Amino acid sequence: MALDKATVAHIAALARIKLSEAELDPLADELSQILTWMEQLDEVDTSGVAPMTNVAAKHLPMREDRVTDGGRREEILANAPRAARGFFVVPKVVE
Amino acid sequence: MSDPSLLALTLAEARDGLARKSFSARELTVAYNDAVREIEPLNAYITPTPERALEMADAADHRRAKGEALPLDGIPVAVKDVYCTKDVLTTAASHILDGFHPPYESTVTQKLWQSGAVMLGKTNLDEFAMGSSSTTSYYGPVENPWRRPGDNRPLVPGGSSGGSAAAVAAHAALAATGTDTGGSIRQPASYCGIVGLKPTYGRCSRWGVVAFASSLDHPGPMTRTVRDAAIMLRAMSGNDPRDSTSAPVAVPDFEAALTGDIRGLRIGIPQEYRVDGMPAEIEALWQQGIEWLRAAGADPVEIRLPMTKYALPTYYIIAPAEASSNLARYDGVRFGLRVEGNSLDEMYELTRAAGFGAEVRRRVLIGTYVLSAGYYDAYYLKAQRVRTLIARDFAAAFERVDGILTPPAPSAAFAIGAQSEDPIAMYLNDVFTVPCSLAGLPAISVPAGLSLDGLPLGLQIIGRAFDEETVLRIADSLERAAQFRHVPSFVARGGQ
Repeated sequence: MALDKATVAHIAALARIKLSEAELDPLADELSQILTWMEQLDEVDTSGVAPMTNVAAKHLPMREDRVTDGGRREEILANAPRAARGFFVVPKVVE
Repeated sequence: MSDPSLLALTLAEARDGLARKSFSARELTVAYNDAVREIEPLNAYITPTPERALEMADAADHRRAKGEALPLDGIPVAVKDVYCTKDVLTTAASHILDGFHPPYESTVTQKLWQSGAVMLGKTNLDEFAMGSSSTTSYYGPVENPWRRPGDNRPLVPGGSSGGSAAAVAAHAALAATGTDTGGSIRQPASYCGIVGLKPTYGRCSRWGVVAFASSLDHPGPMTRTVRDAAIMLRAMSGNDPRDSTSAPVAVPDFEAALTGDIRGLRIGIPQEYRVDGMPAEIEALWQQGIEWLRAAGADPVEIRLPMTKYALPTYYIIAPAEASSNLARYDGVRFGLRVEGNSLDEMYELTRAAGFGAEVRRRVLIGTYVLSAGYYDAYYLKAQRVRTLIARDFAAAFERVDGILTPPAPSAAFAIGAQSEDPIAMYLNDVFTVPCSLAGLPAISVPAGLSLDGLPLGLQIIGRAFDEETVLRIADSLERAAQFRHVPSFVARGGQ
């Protein structure tokens, strides 16, 4: 699969990574090469094979639905680049 | 002044020396703190924690004086900088985690401290553990303590747990934690001439370990001997309710499995691991390993793992897909780096562009693509189905054999900068480690010999799920046969 510049720009927007115009062409080449290499999987007949969704455990354990942790606002905010009055601060999102 | 002879002890010997009171935890820790400083040129540590180490050592001495010594009391260890350590900088070698001081401790490191181990510091790695050379770190590349005789070019220590491997090999930690997603414990262990054990998926909790690919991330130990790996694994293992994939299984005394007796064990030799272009010295050492195991009374048998060639592309779809999801949390809001923008989206985009290095960005983009609408079935779901077939290959093999012997890597350590231009060539380093990672099976790399140009080479043993005891027993037998006594050109001598 060959990716074009527009597709790379679209993926980058989905991934929220700013790319400069100059980065798009080399990345399109690199990613296309990697995807082409991945397409050898098309040789494998997987009809009727279930996707592997868990590795070791037969089933995931359930626990009682109750609060086991909390009340850590100060600790949680301590690493925030910007925080005020008990909240994370972000650029204005509502006009 | 510290005692240099302490640095040459194995973990088991140091443990026994501490128990006999031949030296104190403080003396041992002072020697190791000096060693950490001495190996600074290797860039193996991002954050040494010498003061904390001394406090922990004094606490260990205090407990021992009261007759309340713990299993690892006073043993100085290094921690790969993807394990969250309370109030100690945790970076994953990424710019985007600038200044992150976790308010909590990972389960595995908590278990080590509860066993009395002493933290020397946090070790360097490939950014977010994505790489096989420890050259993609925001904090600069790690150097292998080994060099080719008569050749001064610095070599990579392998990766991603390259700082941990270099520190243990250079006698600047008695043991270290690593993480292995596609080979990141076993390949650097092989490149640095030490032991690296990837346990069964679910054996060691992932809670508090910076996530790369959650269905593939395996915490595990890196040590100088198989016995040391067994000791560390016991301390690091156990069911953790905070990791829902952590297995509710008992933790055996792994050290007790090292009986030296492998008579009658059937060892599978997979034909498909004889890949094109494999250097003759790797093939020869593999053959030597087969002979060692046969001489010890085991029964080597040819097996087939037909899906082997599809493991790498499968891995390089699933791991980036999971990474793109896991790394979505780095948004400039809750922790780490933030680059201001005019809107929320622009702030995200600028922060992530500045914070992620080239390889991380590449993998996040690939992962985003294979999970995006229209491509999910063709790439991600297809890879998940092939993953099932790879796991079935191993399940079928383990109906006939008790362990599988392979090389851990297709080469010895290479020069820094030699392979980083071509991502696919770099991914091929993982050809022997990735298949059993996809299947979640335990595997170990043991130093077994030297390459023609004098660099360490390992051998890998793969075992059944939750049968690390057999893996360790076979590895111990290989270690006894190989008698690997070589040391790197650069080891800490202890304040001389």
